[in-house]
Amino acid sequence: MASIEILNVSKTYPGSAARSVTGIDLTIRDGEFIVLVGPSGCGKSTLLRMVAGLEDISEGEVRIGDRRVNDVDPADRDIAMVFQNYALYPHMTVRENMAYGLKNRRTPAAEIEARVAEAARMLELGPYLDRKPRALSGGQRQRVAMGRAVVRQPAAFLFDEPLSNLDAKLRVSMRGEIRRLQRRLGTISIYVTHDQLEAMTLADRLVVLNAGRIEQVGAPLEIYHQPASTFVASFIGSPAMNLIDAELSGSQLRIGGAALPLDAPAPAQGPVTLGIRAEHLHRAASGLSFSVDFIEELGAQRLVHGHVEGQPLTLALPPDAPVADSMVIAPAPGALHFFDTASGQRLGAAAPAPRAKGVFA
Amino acid sequence: MTDLPAPPLPRLARLRARFLAAPEPAKRVQFDRPLLPWLFLLPQLAVIVVFFYWPSVQAITSSFYIEDPFGFGSTFVGMENYGDALGSAEYRRIAGFTAFFTVMVTALALGLGLLLAVKADKVIRGRSAYRTALISVYAIAPPVAGLMGMMLFDQHIGPFVKLAGWFGWDMKVGLNYWDTAFAMIVVSVWKQVPYNFIFFLSGLQGIPAAVREAAVIDCKNGLRRFAGITLPLLAPTGFFLLIINITYALFDTFAVIDVMVKDKPANNPITLVYKVYLDGFRGNDIGGSSAQSVILMLVVLVLTLVQFRYLERRVHYG
Ligand SMILES: Nc1ncnc2c1ncn2[C@@H]1O[C@H](COP(=O)(O)OP(=O)(O)OP(=O)(O)O)[C@@H](O)[C@H]1O
Ligand SMILES: [Mg+2]
Repeated sequence: MASIEILNVSKTYPGSAARSVTGIDLTIRDGEFIVLVGPSGCGKSTLLRMVAGLEDISEGEVRIGDRRVNDVDPADRDIAMVFQNYALYPHMTVRENMAYGLKNRRTPAAEIEARVAEAARMLELGPYLDRKPRALSGGQRQRVAMGRAVVRQPAAFLFDEPLSNLDAKLRVSMRGEIRRLQRRLGTISIYVTHDQLEAMTLADRLVVLNAGRIEQVGAPLEIYHQPASTFVASFIGSPAMNLIDAELSGSQLRIGGAALPLDAPAPAQGPVTLGIRAEHLHRAASGLSFSVDFIEELGAQRLVHGHVEGQPLTLALPPDAPVADSMVIAPAPGALHFFDTASGQRLGAAAPAPRAKGVFA
Repeated sequence: MTDLPAPPLPRLARLRARFLAAPEPAKRVQFDRPLLPWLFLLPQLAVIVVFFYWPSVQAITSSFYIEDPFGFGSTFVGMENYGDALGSAEYRRIAGFTAFFTVMVTALALGLGLLLAVKADKVIRGRSAYRTALISVYAIAPPVAGLMGMMLFDQHIGPFVKLAGWFGWDMKVGLNYWDTAFAMIVVSVWKQVPYNFIFFLSGLQGIPAAVREAAVIDCKNGLRRFAGITLPLLAPTGFFLLIINITYALFDTFAVIDVMVKDKPANNPITLVYKVYLDGFRGNDIGGSSAQSVILMLVVLVLTLVQFRYLERRVHYG
């Protein structure tokens, strides 16, 4: 049973005053697919590279299996890494690229051959085994990079934005391929991306990082439906969750001059940041008056951008829903999220997820 | 059918094509008049013709003649000058020393340059200001290094000579054959190392960080990693430097040799280039000297072709 424990890990790069990664605590269970997601510069790669051993761990401890690996050589950590720009050895054929790590570990030749053949079959690389990387397309190179990781049969795969050099269509199909492969091999994977769609679709558990700290850890839908902070709310989901200034008073929600009755007890009183997903707003007989600025047609739905009481708001409506220049809208029951105006932290963390209750049960 | 396969080019033409091919189509500039590019090329062509083709033709022509020592005409002797040169025991001895000298200088200069570059690369990786500073220092260095090298072996003030003295080695550069050879090799290597260093260092810096990191994960042993990944990726640089260094050792060490053996007794090691100079300018044997320089040209030509033929294929480009 492999597992990875990241215990209170911090990183301070030499010569920089501040920590780039601060106090990360994370336990990864066997077979889990963990996605580290966050904006550029939030420390995703740094954290991953500390697990890989490519960066020193300034504080804290990383354990792989039941070993503390802080001072263990990257080659001895039993991990394999897939890099953004593939990092294939340009002077070796596909076969040699995959075999190199095994050869250096003195794996018997027959065993190497069998594993390479198996990986080539899984990744459909058979016809390219004797080619050099420069004679491969981007997608093929990415598959070789994955093959190189797979043949090692490591305790964990580490991916650092492996798909970001590919075009959109290939990215979607490779995403599926990575997920399928990981399911099949059942190997722990830590996957870094700043693409929230990739994060949502791949992860068993999502780790949202912000400025070197963990903002929230959870299953993708859990995070989608119960973001722990305004940061997570605006980062996960497309379009981003609407965040507007509001005020709770008694059992009423006030937005500017308008007021809505609450269907659940208010988690706080006074000014709050109100969060509503675009798809949880719809036309209603009574509610907020919404004036439309412009419409984005996405085919499956239409995004209606406008404002309520001078604050911008986006609705996601079915493609055939009628839209007027000015209309009355209301949120779905239980669809309101409240955040502290100062800290951005969620208020009333236990709020039930609307319409999705069944998914978690 | 317009896309018939091109007929296989002869080897030399292929070689030429490789050098003449435009590196990338995007960089190709279209000229409306075919004359204009030739005009641009003219100064360069003139230099090549005046300083390379013309003397080469001269050398080849005069190698078939024996010139009157007093300049009163010359006599056609066919291959006699070549026969004299190759038949002479002294010539063969000097050729032997030249081969030894070239191998030593090339191997040591490449080896030391690579060693220093690897060490420097470890220090400056990712710190580009540092790198620029280091490279610019070394870029200025070679002429200065040459001068310093000579001084190191000065019979009176040379610290190297003193150092050797402490170990009981009575070094007599310019008098003792092998002492002179030693000094010649050391100074020649010393002069060439900075040049090799710069090229190796920039070659090392050109290896993507992720490839090195992938190798760190794949192979624990640093030496193995160096041999299996770094060295092959440096091979294009190394191949280029090999040719440059051999040419350097054969020709550009002239000044070093001259300083060490000029006006010294005859029993000193010299290389073929120096003998060409001695016979031609000191001995006034223009024909013999020309024949020797033609032989030398042929040797270099063959060496270069052999290198391209056998090494370049095994070197990875791109
Ligand atoms: N070698 C380094 N030296 C100093 N600071 C560094 C170094 N590498 C990264 N940093 C800093 O650490 C922080 C985190 O960087 P990191 O590369 O982990 O971000 P990231 O989340 O992977 O971003 P991206 O999505 O752009 O790849 C950044 O502020 C960055 O400037
Ligand atoms: Mg990164």
